[in-house]
Amino acid sequence: MNDKVHIFDKPQNVRRVLWALVAVCIVTIGADFFYHRHIVHPWEGVWGFYAIYGFVACVVLVLVAKELRKLLMRAEDYYDRDG
Amino acid sequence: MVELPPFVLFYLAALAAAVLPRRARQVVMLAVPLVGGLALMNLAPDLLLRVAFMDLYLEPLRVDKLSMLFGILFHIGAFIGIVFSLHVDDRSQHVAALLYAGSAIGAVFAGDLLTLFLFWEMLALTSAFLIFANRTDRAWGAGMRYLVIQVLSGVLLLAGALMLYRHSGSLAFNHIGLNGAGSFLIFIAFGIKCAFPLLHNWLTDAYPEATPTGTVFLSAFTTKVAVYALARGFAGTEALVYIGATMTCFPIFYAVIENDLRRVLAYSMINQIGFMVVGIGLGTALAMNGAIAHAFNDVIFKGLLMMSMGAVLHMTGRINGSDLGGLYKSMPVTAGLCIVGAASISAFPLFSGFVSKSMVMVAVLEEGHPGVWLALLFASAGVFHHAGIKIPFFAFFSHDSGIRTTEPPLNMLAAMGLAAVLCIFIGCYPWALYELLPFSTGYAPFDGSHILAQIQLLVFSAAAFAWLKVSGIYPPELHSTNIDVEWLYRRLAPRWVRHCTQRLTAVSETLGETTQNASRVVMRSVVRHYGPEGTLARSWPTGSMVLWVAVLLAASLILYYL
Repeated sequence: MNDKVHIFDKPQNVRRVLWALVAVCIVTIGADFFYHRHIVHPWEGVWGFYAIYGFVACVVLVLVAKELRKLLMRAEDYYDRDG
Repeated sequence: MVELPPFVLFYLAALAAAVLPRRARQVVMLAVPLVGGLALMNLAPDLLLRVAFMDLYLEPLRVDKLSMLFGILFHIGAFIGIVFSLHVDDRSQHVAALLYAGSAIGAVFAGDLLTLFLFWEMLALTSAFLIFANRTDRAWGAGMRYLVIQVLSGVLLLAGALMLYRHSGSLAFNHIGLNGAGSFLIFIAFGIKCAFPLLHNWLTDAYPEATPTGTVFLSAFTTKVAVYALARGFAGTEALVYIGATMTCFPIFYAVIENDLRRVLAYSMINQIGFMVVGIGLGTALAMNGAIAHAFNDVIFKGLLMMSMGAVLHMTGRINGSDLGGLYKSMPVTAGLCIVGAASISAFPLFSGFVSKSMVMVAVLEEGHPGVWLALLFASAGVFHHAGIKIPFFAFFSHDSGIRTTEPPLNMLAAMGLAAVLCIFIGCYPWALYELLPFSTGYAPFDGSHILAQIQLLVFSAAAFAWLKVSGIYPPELHSTNIDVEWLYRRLAPRWVRHCTQRLTAVSETLGETTQNASRVVMRSVVRHYGPEGTLARSWPTGSMVLWVAVLLAASLILYYL
């Protein structure tokens, strides 16, 4: 392919994005040390609750969905065939 | 000035669009939502138009804050959809879209159940043509299934309305609540259109089969009319809290493994409606406001996401995540607009989803449903995962599919741009939307605790995606079909019918054989006695005849002499 090199064609740029994400994660969870949230429910007050819940929720979501494929996945033309 | 119900304008425009040449048709189509929107502003608040029809009083126009908000929303949705589909040279789609938008507007201004029913069925009928318009076998099948289910919902609504009428003597559409068979039928009718769990499959079946522009209209109207109807008729019905929580959670699993990106958005739509249904189920002022505001925002950001995927489909002819990737190189503007929609649906602060969804979340906790709250939080992380990241990532980034194309036509970009501006405007200045809401709650969206919590939830969800992707755990996009409830009526039921007809054929074959055998036996005995060789059919020699005649004569002589 002879077109120009785009921003994410360079692996170091992808790495930069990932490191930026890590930095943002550290900053936001670090904020929990000195920012006192007002809370409605005691769970909200647990240190890093939203961060940990978000991370775990997504990992669980993907792992369960991956397992569900074994149960649910059929060929693309499944409904187009007789059977 | 005579007050005309706002749908009339759309129906008249549809008539005009059916005969006008292309240019004139485009002008009429663009003008209708603008003129209609202006007329809407001039409608007196609390206006009620009553028409006597035989013994009944019908109310084709009832204006209050709730109907007005949805009226405004549908005019905006119609305008965006029309701009997006302006380049399409297909008269039938344009006429269907105008009638469809008009029916949605008619439904939300309907003051009685009979008028609501009429528009309910018109919604079904007109929208089906946006699916058929794709003119493929798949679209035809999906459209027929869609139509059957939607019409069924209408029939249930009519039956329920008649039962209520017999009971109370009134057809007025106000709070219904779950009591008695009639109200239950109406609840199910609304539930079908609202894509309740197990009744949801028409949505994920049909929407991805519609035309690239048709899906934008579809995603704006049908389900939001149902949300409006639930808000009007069943606010505070506790069952809705649990139904809604289920709706937020189960579709996200499907969305993760689905390959067709428009189908991912269809599943994500059920997830978003789930938040609204929870809010309606709680029924408090804050929860209702949250539900309705979220419906408003959803039309715009889901429309934006559907448009960006429609643009990708229009330009590349492909929509599967496995076939796309790297499109940011040739469609950077579309990619950017898609990301605005993704940020809005994920409820990033300063984008529209944040200012409405957070109201529902707060209300859930305040009303003492921590379990439901955890489910909604899970779904919030999930929606960011599949709609916020997966959609833009697999379409525009990911591995380079090698597809090189250009930005979509200008009208498509303009429609997406308008929706993106609205997403950001409402996200930054939510009070414009809050003023339209039916209750005043003094809710302050930009509160440090909420903002920090939401950002933490989202960036750590993003981190989870990045980690799963980099470590290779993330499931690849595969060409596949994932079976869902529709399997019951697309596979099991046809198989059953086939099985039963086979059994019936076997029985009728056995019966036929037995009859044939019996008749063969009878025929054989007939043939033996009467056939050419049969005893009774033998041609006897003349001699023996004469002998028998002589015997008979002799016998009669003897008898005579005796």
